[in-house]
Amino acid sequence: MEKSPADLWRHVKSRYFLLGSVCENCGTKYFPPRVVCRKCGRNTKMKPYKFNGTGEIYSFTTIRAPADEFEEQAPYTVGLIKLDEGPIIEGHILTDESNEPIKIGTRVKVAFRKMYKEGNEGLIYYHYKFVPAPEQQKKQEKSKQKRA
Amino acid sequence: MRDVAIIGVGLTKFGERWDSSIKELMAEAGLAALQDANITSKDINAIYGGSMTPGRFIGQEHVAALMADQLGLGNIPATRVENACASGGSALRQGYMAVASGIHDIVVVGGVEKMTDVSTSEATTALGGAGDQEWELFQGITFPGLYALMARRHMHDYGTTEEQLAAVAVKNHANAYKNKYAQFHKLITIDEVLNSKKVADPLKLLDCSPITDGAAAVVLAPLEIAKKYNDTPIKIAASEQASDTLRLADRESITSIKAARISAENAYRHAGVTPKDIDVAEVHDCFTIAEIIAMEDLGFFKKGEAAKAIEEGRTQINGDVSVNTSGGLKGCGHPVGATGIKQAVEITWQLRGEAEGRQVDGAEIGLTHNVGGSGATAVVHVLKRAD
Repeated sequence: MEKSPADLWRHVKSRYFLLGSVCENCGTKYFPPRVVCRKCGRNTKMKPYKFNGTGEIYSFTTIRAPADEFEEQAPYTVGLIKLDEGPIIEGHILTDESNEPIKIGTRVKVAFRKMYKEGNEGLIYYHYKFVPAPEQQKKQEKSKQKRA
Repeated sequence: MRDVAIIGVGLTKFGERWDSSIKELMAEAGLAALQDANITSKDINAIYGGSMTPGRFIGQEHVAALMADQLGLGNIPATRVENACASGGSALRQGYMAVASGIHDIVVVGGVEKMTDVSTSEATTALGGAGDQEWELFQGITFPGLYALMARRHMHDYGTTEEQLAAVAVKNHANAYKNKYAQFHKLITIDEVLNSKKVADPLKLLDCSPITDGAAAVVLAPLEIAKKYNDTPIKIAASEQASDTLRLADRESITSIKAARISAENAYRHAGVTPKDIDVAEVHDCFTIAEIIAMEDLGFFKKGEAAKAIEEGRTQINGDVSVNTSGGLKGCGHPVGATGIKQAVEITWQLRGEAEGRQVDGAEIGLTHNVGGSGATAVVHVLKRAD
């Protein structure tokens, strides 16, 4: 099934800049943005919230049997990233941009990349992706050592 | 509210059925169920049909009406039920509610999926609709990819190994070998699973259920009149369902399917049984990891202990609990909308003592567990002999 440009466009701020939402009634943060707060229901007071883009790997997998538009990229690594602000979100992990093999717990940060293109003449879809962030790993380990 | 029984069941051979269109598959299963119930078309009051996405597989919607038409059921109400891979189980619950409430007396519930008219890649894309379109499939996270994320976390949290995943596939192929309706009649080994083509690490080809054509049907009646039709009516002692977030990322845990836990707890309470009382179970092994997680969600084993128990053979036929005697989704095949109904057919045969070649000794209480997507829907039924 063909991708709809409208599907990309309507959430471009979320797909490019990690714009989510926060319910001002209870403080819960959400990515992607949503209309109704799960906790507050009809007392929802949803406002935009931009995430920092840092977090750690919660799980990951390398997909070798690709989805339709992703044949050229296969194999590619995707993961669930636990953002520092709380929510867990899906994203590609750019393992090529790091020397260390990734594992659960590896610190990552967000980057702006191409997702795929419609042939040589069609649209190019961009998206957030994640790159391993070793400098954050070192910072985290240092602060763990200090506390110990 | 009155008790409901299964008085007839029917199944098609599962597999790549080039010879049969969706109409022939429906008719084959439906006819077998009507004959098994020894009932005529004019006695049927309503039909519920489960099918996940016939629109995307063959461009055909409106399939419950089609079922009524193919079986010559007249002008009865016909309703399609869709909950991704839990379409069949969900349809069964709708049929159960219709009879239990007294609104209808005799109801047929069918499930069907015709998947092989499209390429594997098109089928995979269609199946991706069971997850979140905008954030999972849009980013190329396939259905096996989602379960691979669950598997990797389960391995991290509990030490589950790839060999233990493989043990599920080996067991289910061994069971399917004895089931004439199953897609696969091929015994496999742990090594063959480990060496099969990688799909989404750690899942390999033989960790994944196949693409299958097939249909299944059951006939439901109030228990109080069931003996008119069948000497061994099977009582639906519980029919429970729950939902959860669409996106895997939104769940409280990715190593447990909360909708399945809730459905199971409610089902055991409603049926007045505990996991220890279940003799035979058909669970949703869309991927090997799913069966391991199911065994924990259903309370058969403690969290983190199911993989080892399966590896030790405790869930083989006549083990502590006999699991997926039909071969499960992996061995018997997974025509998506049909699976939830097929599970009820298999348990019915087991409880009646009619499961040729794979009979569990003295089976009296059975369970079916049907999951949609990565866990946004789960349906659990408990079935008991009622003779």
